Amino acid sequence: MKQMHDSIIVQAMSRLLIPLAQLFALYVLFFGQYGPGGGFVAGVIWTTSMILTFLVFGLKSPQGRLVEKVLHGDGIGLIIFVGVGGLCLIGGGEFLNYANLEIPGLDAPARRYTGILLAQIGVAVDVAVTGISIVLSLAYHDTEQEYDV
Amino acid sequence: MMYSVNIALLLLLVLTAASATFLVKELMSSVFILGSYSFFLSLVWAWLGAVDVAFVEAVIGAGLGTVLFLVTLFDTAPKDSRLRRPPPPLAGVLGLPLLGLLLLLAANDLPQFGDPTSPPNVHISPVYLQNSYADTLTPNVVTSVLMDYRAFDTLIETVVIFTAGIACALLLREPGS
Repeated sequence: MKQMHDSIIVQAMSRLLIPLAQLFALYVLFFGQYGPGGGFVAGVIWTTSMILTFLVFGLKSPQGRLVEKVLHGDGIGLIIFVGVGGLCLIGGGEFLNYANLEIPGLDAPARRYTGILLAQIGVAVDVAVTGISIVLSLAYHDTEQEYDV
Repeated sequence: MMYSVNIALLLLLVLTAASATFLVKELMSSVFILGSYSFFLSLVWAWLGAVDVAFVEAVIGAGLGTVLFLVTLFDTAPKDSRLRRPPPPLAGVLGLPLLGLLLLLAANDLPQFGDPTSPPNVHISPVYLQNSYADTLTPNVVTSVLMDYRAFDTLIETVVIFTAGIACALLLREPGS
């Protein structure tokens, strides 16, 4: 788990499947307003793709380093979500009333769409970073010199 | 008639998975049976028409939950060390079936599934179904309820998840790392 998986089949399949999982997460995120899904599920799917990344390639590999970097984003999702609410306040409405999202050139449905999409991106980022943080804490808590967070 | 067969089948799957979770001694197998249990449960949700809940159950319960259990298992013994478990107390053996019988009796008073006159279907659901597009201009009712009518709810949920992550990092990571 701490170094690269030695099976070439696992590595090749992961190279194929991890981007697919991430693409599916993006699809769920952006399509969540019209079908099942949304920010929460998209964030978890992205988390599982990242877990698969460092399970297969190890934390030392470039991909694993990228997963570690994600940990620095703790709280950014919450800031995005609250920031959307704040923008609605600035626009003259209630907190999180997307109709008051004053973006020039957007009509009412597009404002709602943008507001909900940004809020869902916030949820997805928050869930993804939290999931990867919990898994890394559980998996590597006894070997803290192996990684620097 | 077909519905009752479906319910019996899905209940059987759920019951099998739940009992196997208690009967299997090896913890690794228990984790995987727990994951399959989540998949069965998500089937039940999907069959009931709650596609969003089914999606979340499959992804969280069967995906992330299994991973979390597995990662925890790497730090513990793979087998249940209490090889001679104490026999269950007599009160439990006799009382739990009685309790289940009482619950089944009480379940008879629940409204029929899909009954249009049941309280959940006449109280607030019609309001959302009729007004959500005019109010929120979002075609998906679930999204409009989750992210618009009750956006505060979702915001606080996100705060809870964030707090859970911070608490896990504080408790599990060694100081100074």
